[in-house]
Amino acid sequence: MSVKQRGVLGQAWDFFCSLKLTIFSLISLAITSIIGTVIQQNLSRQEYLRVFSEKTYNLLDQLQFFDMYHSWWFIGLLVLFCINLICCSIKRFPRVWKVVHNPLLTPSKQVLKTFSNVDELVVKGDMATVTGRMKGFLAHEFSAPQVNEKEGEVFLYSDKLKYSRFGVYITHLSILIIFLGAIIGNIYGFKGFVNIPEGGSVDRIWLRNGQTPLPIDFSVRCEDFSVTFYGNSQRPKEFRSVLTVIDQGEVVVDKRPIIVNDPLTYKGLTFYQSSYGPAGGEVVTLKVKVRGEDKVDALTLGKGETVELASGDRIRVEDFTSSFRNFGPAARLQVLPKDGEARTVTVFKNFPQFDDERQGAYIFTLVDFDQLFYTGLQVTKDPGVWIVWLGCTLMIIGCLVAFFLSHRRIWVVLSDQNGKVGVRLVGSAHRNQPGFELYFDELKNKFRDALAQD
Amino acid sequence: MSSGQLFNFVTIGYFAAMILFVGYLATRSMVVAKLATLFAYVGFAVQTYAIGLRWYETYQIPGGAGYAPLSNLYESVVFFSWTILLIYLLIDLRYKQKSVGAFVIPFAFLAMTWAQLRLDATISPLVPALQSNWLTYHVITCFLGYAAFAVACGVSIMYLIKVGKEGDAEDSPAGGIVGIFPSAKILDDLNYKAIMIGFPLLSLGIITGAAWANYAWGTYWSWDPKETWSLIVWFIYAAFLHARITRGWAGRKAAYLSIIGFAATIFCYLGVNLLLAGLHSYGG
Repeated sequence: MSVKQRGVLGQAWDFFCSLKLTIFSLISLAITSIIGTVIQQNLSRQEYLRVFSEKTYNLLDQLQFFDMYHSWWFIGLLVLFCINLICCSIKRFPRVWKVVHNPLLTPSKQVLKTFSNVDELVVKGDMATVTGRMKGFLAHEFSAPQVNEKEGEVFLYSDKLKYSRFGVYITHLSILIIFLGAIIGNIYGFKGFVNIPEGGSVDRIWLRNGQTPLPIDFSVRCEDFSVTFYGNSQRPKEFRSVLTVIDQGEVVVDKRPIIVNDPLTYKGLTFYQSSYGPAGGEVVTLKVKVRGEDKVDALTLGKGETVELASGDRIRVEDFTSSFRNFGPAARLQVLPKDGEARTVTVFKNFPQFDDERQGAYIFTLVDFDQLFYTGLQVTKDPGVWIVWLGCTLMIIGCLVAFFLSHRRIWVVLSDQNGKVGVRLVGSAHRNQPGFELYFDELKNKFRDALAQD
Repeated sequence: MSSGQLFNFVTIGYFAAMILFVGYLATRSMVVAKLATLFAYVGFAVQTYAIGLRWYETYQIPGGAGYAPLSNLYESVVFFSWTILLIYLLIDLRYKQKSVGAFVIPFAFLAMTWAQLRLDATISPLVPALQSNWLTYHVITCFLGYAAFAVACGVSIMYLIKVGKEGDAEDSPAGGIVGIFPSAKILDDLNYKAIMIGFPLLSLGIITGAAWANYAWGTYWSWDPKETWSLIVWFIYAAFLHARITRGWAGRKAAYLSIIGFAATIFCYLGVNLLLAGLHSYGG
C-alpha cells in the first residue's frame, strides 16, 4: 500500500469517525423527516393530482417524496448514520476497554499533573505504616485499592463504577439492535387483515398490498361481535369480538373475547380488533308456539328466508322494519300450511299479546332484531419485535448509565521525602466534574484526618 | 370546589410567581425571589390536588369508568404545566438559581392560561383505543421529557442573552438584569443537565408509545406524523448531546439547538394535532 493510498483511506476513516458527521446526519435526518409529515405518504396518483400539478407530481415522484421513509436517499442517510456510529465506536472502544481492564496503576508524574483534583501532605513515619493506613482509608472511604511499587514509590489505585464507561456504547449498540429487529420484521413478518362475519370462519388472510389471500394453518371463527356506547351517546365504549381458534379440527382457543388494546396471539400471529361493519341483512328472532301446546321454538331468520316447522308447515319472513308507523319494530310473516292457503301475519315487538288474540294455530312473538356484523381484524406477524424491545431496553439502560453514572478513580502515591513520607491524593471522574469536585473536597478532609490521627 | 375552579387559582398563582421572578431580576431582592418560589410551590401543590380531584371527578360522570386525566388536549396541557413545575422545582432545589424561574415559569403560566381560556374541559369517558394503561405511561414519560426540554430552552435563552451581553470577554461581567444570571458556564451546564433528564424520558415516551401501538394495532412504528415528529425531536437532542463534545459546536450552537429542539417539541405536541392529519387527534 502506498503512502498516498493510506492517506486516502485514513481520510475516509477520519471522515466516518468524525462527530461532525454525526451532527450532520442527525440534523439531516431531522430535517428530511419533516417532508413525509407534510406530504401525505402512499396515496394514489389520482389523490396526489388533486393537490399537485402533473409537473410537480412527476418531480416529487422522481424524488420519492411520496414514500420518502423508504426512499434510497432516506435509507442512505440512515445507513450513513449507522456507519458513523459503528466507526466512532470502533475507534473509541479499545481505548475505553483499556482504561477499564488495564487501569493506570502507576501513572507518571506528568500524567498525574493532568488531573485537577489533588491533595498532598508530608507525614512522619515509615512507608509500610503509611501505606497500610492509606489502604485502610481507601477501602473504608472509597473501595479497596491495588498496591504497586515503582521506582521507590508506592501507588495505591482504586476505582468505582468502571463499567459506566460502556454506557455510551450500549446506547450505540441498542440503535443497531433496533434496526436489526426492524429489518427482521420486514423480511420475515407481514401485516394483513381479515374480515369475519359473525358465525363465519376463515383460514386465510389478506396482506396489506397483496391481491391473493395468504393461507394460515388454522382457522378463526367469529362467534360474536358487539359494539357498545356510553349511555345514549354516539361515543363508543367497546368493540368486542369473540373468537374461537380451530387447529386441525380441534378447538384450541375457545370463545376468547378480544377488544381494542387486548389482542389474541396464536402461533406467532396476532389478531387485533380493528374495524367492523354490517354483514349482509338484518335478522329477526321469533318465538313460535303451537296453540294448546307448551313447547316454544325460537327461530332466527333473515329477510325472505323460509323455515319448516315440526308439523311440516312452513314460515317465511316477508319483511320487517325497525319501526312500523308508530308501533315500533314489526315483522310480516307468511304462514304456508302443508295444505291450505297461505296467510299473512304481522307481529309487533312492543305488543307481544297481539298475535295471541288473532286466534290462529300458531302464536308468534317478535323477540328482537339483530344486525349481523363482520369484525375487521388486523393480523400481524413480526418475529423481530422482541429484538426491537431488547434494543429499546438497552437504549434506556445505556442512556441512564451514560448520563448518570461516572467512572471515578483515586490514586494515592507515597514517596520518600528525606525520611518522611510524601502522600499525594489524586482523583478523576470521567464525567460530572462539578459533582466529583464536591465529593473530592470531602474526601480531602477525611484524607487529612486519616493521616493526622496518631 | 371543582377542579376547574382550582385550576383558575393555579393559573393566578403561576402568574404571580412569574411577575415576582421578573421582579427579582429587576430588584435583585432575595425576598422577592423567595416569595416567587413560594407562589410556585403553592401553585404546584394546588395543581397536584386539582389533578387528583379531576381524576376523582371522572368516576362521578354517569356511565364513566374513570380514567387518569391525561386523555384530551385540555388535560394534557394542564399536565404539561404541572410537569414543567415539577422539573423546575427539582432543578431549583438542586442548583438554587432563582433567576431561571423568570424564564421557565412563563411556559407553565401560558399553558394554564391557554387551557383555562380556550380549551374544552369536558370530562368524556375514554374511547376504546385509549382504554389502556399504556396511555398513562406514555403520557407521563413524554410530558416529563417535554418539561425538561422547556426548562432547557429557558436556560438556553438566558445563556444567549448572557453571552450576547458579555461578549466573549469573561472578565467583564455585565451588570443590570443579566448580572444576577448564573455564569455562562453554569447555564450551559444546566442546559445540559435538563436535556440529560429529558432525553431518556423522551426515549421512554417514544418507546412506550411504540409498545402501545404494537399492542393496539400490531405496528410499533408506522411513520405517522406524530411518531415522525417525536423522532425529529429525538434527532435534534441527540445532535445536541454530540454537539457539546464537538469542537466548534459547544456553547452558542448548542444553545440554539436546545431552543430549536424545544420548538420542535411544541410542534410535535401541538402543531401535529392542529395542522397535520394523523392518529393522535385529541378528544376522539
